[in-house]
Amino acid sequence: MEDMLFYDRIQFAFTITFHYLFPQLTMGLSLMIVYFKWKFLRSKDEKYNDAAKFWMKIFALNFAMGVVTGIPMEFQFGTNWAKFSELTGGIIGQTLAMEGMFSFFLESSFLGLFLFGEKLLGHKLHFVTGFLVFLGSWASGFLIIATHSWMQNPVGYEILANGKFVLNNFGALFSNPWLWPSFLHNQMASVVTSSFVVAAIGAFYLLNNKHSQFGQLFVKTGVVFGLISSVLVAFPTGDLTAKNVVKHQPITFAAMEGIFETEEGGSEIVLIGQPNIQDKKLDNKIAVPNVLSFLTYQNWDQTVKGLNEFEEENYPTNIPGLYYGYHIMVGLGTIFIGLMAVASFFLFRKKLYKTHWILWILMFMIPFPYIANTMGWYTAELGRQPWLVYNLLRTTEGASPTVSSGNTLFTLLGFVGLYLLLGMLFLILVGKIINKGPHPVKH
Amino acid sequence: MELFWYLVLMFMLAMYVILDGYDFGAGIIHLFFGKTEKDKKAITSAIGPFWDANEVWLIASGGVLFFAFPTLYASSFSGFYLPLIMILWLLIFRAIGLELRGQVHNRMWERIWDKAFGIASLLLALFFGIALGNVVRGVNLGMVENGVSAHEPHYFFLPLWNPTFDPMAEHQGIIDWFTILLGIIAVVILTMHGANWIIFKTNAAINSKLKKTVFRLNFVLLALIIVSLSVWHIIDPNPFRNFLEHPWLWIFPLMTAIGFGGLFRVQTFKKDITGFLCSSLFLFGGFASTAASIFPNLLPSTNDVNPSLTVYNVAAHEYGLGVGVIWFIVAAILVGVYFFIQHKVFKGKMDDVGYGEH
Ligand code: HDD
Ligand code: HEM
Ligand code: HEM
Repeated sequence: MEDMLFYDRIQFAFTITFHYLFPQLTMGLSLMIVYFKWKFLRSKDEKYNDAAKFWMKIFALNFAMGVVTGIPMEFQFGTNWAKFSELTGGIIGQTLAMEGMFSFFLESSFLGLFLFGEKLLGHKLHFVTGFLVFLGSWASGFLIIATHSWMQNPVGYEILANGKFVLNNFGALFSNPWLWPSFLHNQMASVVTSSFVVAAIGAFYLLNNKHSQFGQLFVKTGVVFGLISSVLVAFPTGDLTAKNVVKHQPITFAAMEGIFETEEGGSEIVLIGQPNIQDKKLDNKIAVPNVLSFLTYQNWDQTVKGLNEFEEENYPTNIPGLYYGYHIMVGLGTIFIGLMAVASFFLFRKKLYKTHWILWILMFMIPFPYIANTMGWYTAELGRQPWLVYNLLRTTEGASPTVSSGNTLFTLLGFVGLYLLLGMLFLILVGKIINKGPHPVKH
Repeated sequence: MELFWYLVLMFMLAMYVILDGYDFGAGIIHLFFGKTEKDKKAITSAIGPFWDANEVWLIASGGVLFFAFPTLYASSFSGFYLPLIMILWLLIFRAIGLELRGQVHNRMWERIWDKAFGIASLLLALFFGIALGNVVRGVNLGMVENGVSAHEPHYFFLPLWNPTFDPMAEHQGIIDWFTILLGIIAVVILTMHGANWIIFKTNAAINSKLKKTVFRLNFVLLALIIVSLSVWHIIDPNPFRNFLEHPWLWIFPLMTAIGFGGLFRVQTFKKDITGFLCSSLFLFGGFASTAASIFPNLLPSTNDVNPSLTVYNVAAHEYGLGVGVIWFIVAAILVGVYFFIQHKVFKGKMDDVGYGEH
C-alpha cells in the first residue's frame, strides 16, 4: 500500500512538474507576443511583426509540448487517484470540465488560425486571434488554479453519508479567498519566466553580434516586463498568498519558515539554515529578529505559531523539502528584483546594450525562473500534505485501489523515458530556432 | 438531469470519433500510401490546422465524464489503467510526429517522424476499437472470485490479456478475440474515413487511388460487420431489447446503413465532401447504435454479484449537475462559433495554405 502510494505520488509529481515547464512560458509569452503585435499595428514597424513571428515559433513548439504533456494530467486523476476522483469529482470535475470547454477549445481553435492564418486574415484579425490565444491560456491557468485552490482550501461543499463531496455553492468556487492571490501570483510568475527568456535570447544575440536589432528589442522588452512582473510577484501577490497560508494552514506556514518553537514577542525571519527534523531545530541559522511577525501581521511583536503547537500526525510529510522549496523561491524572487532593477537602470542610462557583464548574467538566468516556479509549486503541494483535500481527505485515502505498484512503476518508467526524449528534442529544436533567429520576411 | 449529461457525453464522444477519427485515418493512409513527398505533404496539410482542436474533444469529454459521472471516471480509468496510459503515449507520439517532422530538413529525421505518426495513428485506431469492445463486453466489477468481491463493487483492474483470449473467461483481459475484432473494424472504417477527408480537403495526386481503396475496403468492412453481428449474441444475448422497446432508436442503425451504402459509390460522387459525410454518418450511427444497445448501462458487469454501472448509479449530485447545465450551454455555443470560424477560414482545399511554415 505504502509502495503503491509512493509511485503514484512520484508519477504525478514528475509528470506535472514536466507539464508545468511549458505552460509557464506559453502563458507569459502569449502576453508578450500580443504586445509585439500591438506595437506593430500602432507603429507599422515591420520589426515588431518579425519579433512576434519569431516568438510565435517558440510559442508553437512550447504549446505542442504543453498539450501532449497536459493530456496525461487530465487522465491521471482517474488512473492513479481514482478514490479521490470518485469522492470529489462532483466538485473539482466542474472546474476541470470548464477548463476543457472554455479554454482548451478557444486556444486550440485560434492557435491554428494564429499560426497559419496571417495571410488569410490580415493583420488586425490576426492580432485578434493572438489575443484570443492569450485569453484562452490565462483562462486555462485560472480554472486549473481554481481547482487547485479548492484542494488547498475547500469551500462550497457538503459531505454526504457515503463520504462523497458534493457541491452546494457554485459561486464559492470562484470567490474562494485562496484563488485570486494564488492565480495572480502564478500568472505574474509566468510573465517572469517569459520576460527572462526573452531578455536572455536578446542578450545572446547581442553578445554574438547577431540580429543585433532584435537583440536590443528583446533585451529591452524583457527587462521592462521583467522588472514589473518580478516586483508584482513578490508584492502584493506573493505577500497575499503567504497571508493565506498563515490564515488557513498555519502549520504549513510554520514548516515553510522553519519555525520549530513558537517565540513570544515576535518571530525572526530565517534567511539561511538547515532544518534538523530529529532534534526539531534549525542548524546554522542566520535570522533577523521580529521581521517575520511584521511581514505576516504588520506588527513587530505578534507571535507566529511554531510547529510545536500542532499535532505531529498533521505535520507536513516533508518538512525540509517544504522549507527549502519556499526559501529557494523567495530567495530567487529577491534576486530577480535586484537584477532587473540594475538592468533597468542601465537601460535608462542607455548603456545596457554595451554592458557585457549584465548581458552575460541575463543570458545565464534562463533556468532560474523555471526553478522558482517549480519550487513554488513544491511549496504549495508539499505544504498541503498529508492532505489531498485540506483537513478533509488524506493523501493515503485517495489512490486507486486496484492499480498495483508494479503497474504504476512500469508507467512511471515509461513516462520518464518518454519525457527525457521529449525534453531533448525540445531543446534541440528550440536551439535551432534561436540560432536561426528572426529573419525579416520577404513579401 | 443524468440523462441530459449522458446525451452530452455521448455526443461529445461521437464528435471526437468523427473528428479525430479522420486524423487517425489520415495517419494510416500516410503510413501505407504516402510514397512521394508531395502526397505526404498533402496528407499532413489536410489535417494541419485541425487535429489539435479535434483532440480537445477527447480532453473535454474526459472533463465532462469526470464532472458528471465521477464514479464511472474513477472506476474505468483505474480499471483500464494500462491501455489508457498507452493511449496517452501514442497520442504523444502522434502529435510530435506531426509537429516535429517539418522542423529539420533531413531525410532520416523525416522518415522517423513519418513512421511515428503513421504507426501511432494505426495503433490508436486499434486501441479505441478495443476500448469500445471492452465497454460492450463488460468487466468483472468488484473483481469477484468464487462469488466474493475483492474490492468495492465498482472497482476492477484488467491486465492486457489472458492466455485464452476468451471474452467470457472469469479473468478477462483487455484484448480478446471479440475486442480485437472491434479493433480491426475501427482500423478499417477510420482508414476509409481518413481517405475521405483527404479527398475532400486536397487535390492530392493519390485521390483517385484513395477512392478505389475506399471502395475495396468497404467489402472488407462488410465481411467484418457480418462476422461481428453473428458473434455479438455471445457477448450480449439480447442486444436488441432497447430497439424493440423504443422503435425510434432504429434511426441509428439506419444511419449506419445509409452511410455504408453511400460508401460503395465513392467513385461516382460529384462533390468531394459526400464521401466524408457518408463515413461520418456511418461512424455516428454505429457509435450511437452501440451506446443505445447497452443503455442504461455504461459499463456492464460480467458477474452476478455486483450490478452494472449505469447512467443512474454513477452520476454526480443534482445541484452540481444543474449549475453545470448553465455554463455548459454558454460554452457549447462558443465552441460552435469557434468551430464555424475555423472551418470557414480554412474552407476548401488545403493544398495552398501550406503547413509547417510557421
Ligand atoms: C518566478 C516564480 C516565483 C517567484 C519569484 C515567487 N513565487 Fe511564490 N509561487 C510561485 C512562483 C514564484 C508559483 C509557482 O507560481 C506558486 C505555486 C502555487 C501558486 O499559485 O504559485 C507559488 C506559490 C507561493 C506560495 C505557496 C502558496 C501555497 O501554499 O499554495 C507562497 C506562500 C508564495 N508563493 C510566496 C512568495 C513570495 C513571498 C515571494 C517573494 C519573492 C514569491 N512567492 C516569489
Ligand atoms: C493546479 C493544478 C494542480 C493540481 C490540481 C494538482 C494536484 C495534485 C494531486 C492530486 C497530487 C497527488 C496527491 C499528493 O501527493 O498530494 C499532487 C501532488 C504533487 N504535485 Fe500537484 N497539482 C497541481 C499543480 C502542480 C504543479 C504545477 C506542480 C509542480 C510544478 C505540482 C507539484 C506536485 C508535487 C511535487 C506533488 C507531490 C507531492 C507529494 O506527493 O508529496 N503540482 N498534486
Ligand atoms: C493537474 C493539473 C493539470 C491538468 C489536468 C492539466 C491539463 C492540461 C491539458 C489536458 C492540456 C492540453 C490542452 C489542449 O489540448 O489545448 C493542458 C495545457 C495547458 N495547461 Fe495544463 N494541466 C494541469 C496543470 C496546469 C497548471 C498548473 C497550469 C498553469 C497554471 C496549466 C496551464 C496550462 C496551459 C496554459 C495549457 C495550454 C497549453 C500550453 O500553453 O502549453 N496546466 N493542460
